[in-house]
Amino acid sequence: MEAVTPPTPPAPGPAGTPASPVPASRIPLVRLTALVFVGGAVGTSARALLEQAFAPEAPAWPWVTFAINLAGSFVLGVLLHVLARAGQDTGWRRDVRVGCGTGILGGFTTYSTFVLEVDRLLRDGQAAVGLLYAVVSVVAGIALAVLGVRAATQVRRPRRVGPGDRDDRDDRDDRGDRVGRVTA
Amino acid sequence: MTLLLVAVAGGAGASARFLLDTLVSRHNRLSVPLGTALVNLTACFLLGLLTGWLSTRTGDGSLGTVLGVGFLGGYSTFSTASVEAARLVLAGRTGAAVVHAAGMLVASLGAAALGLVFGAA
Repeated sequence: MEAVTPPTPPAPGPAGTPASPVPASRIPLVRLTALVFVGGAVGTSARALLEQAFAPEAPAWPWVTFAINLAGSFVLGVLLHVLARAGQDTGWRRDVRVGCGTGILGGFTTYSTFVLEVDRLLRDGQAAVGLLYAVVSVVAGIALAVLGVRAATQVRRPRRVGPGDRDDRDDRDDRGDRVGRVTA
Repeated sequence: MTLLLVAVAGGAGASARFLLDTLVSRHNRLSVPLGTALVNLTACFLLGLLTGWLSTRTGDGSLGTVLGVGFLGGYSTFSTASVEAARLVLAGRTGAAVVHAAGMLVASLGAAALGLVFGAA
């Protein structure tokens, strides 16, 4: 996955070529990191509050983490592919991707708590529940992300012709190739 | 107060993930993303370490909450891992998706178990 375009020189060619369009020196890493920080603070707090409000003492099935991770996987799938369909990963689209995707949803969902929950179930003599929790979480997370991506492709691509929207370009290279290119 | 510290720690964890992932993806020549896997693996080791260490001491758990729920929760991510695997599935690379998802899970469980042992030692 690629958080920021790698420092490949921009390839000559028509606008929208899958080659890296932004030189590394122009990536505002400090600003993007600040966006991730704010988003991460929001997402992490939301999870902390939910875990505190709903989690009973060591439940057999960690429902709160389960729901958070699955919801986050679906929403991230939608978000990234709505943004990818809206145009190049630059400007406001990259800000939203990094702030909301990498920051809020990345901070909201958690892998470390999930894995420690699995570990606790496995050690507590609930091996079957632990195994089921692990596999169902991962498989359902991927399935929901796929559904999210599919749902995003149903969203009508905005057709804006307003001035100042220099990143809007032709949609020709948008199929398939996008899938591996724009990430959180 | 703890919630404020959790928020700041979560922001710091998410930033660390973003920077590490940016660094890894710049040097990763494989067609399978590795940044998130590395982030989650280290997060699970560290949370195991923290949990093991806390299990040997008494006192209020706010340090554990700030570091475990806040920093490591913000640092690790489930949603990006799901979307990365989903993209492999959608690209027709189901085998790579299974290796990516199962590999991350098994390695992270191992890392957490290792951390628990070291932390409690």
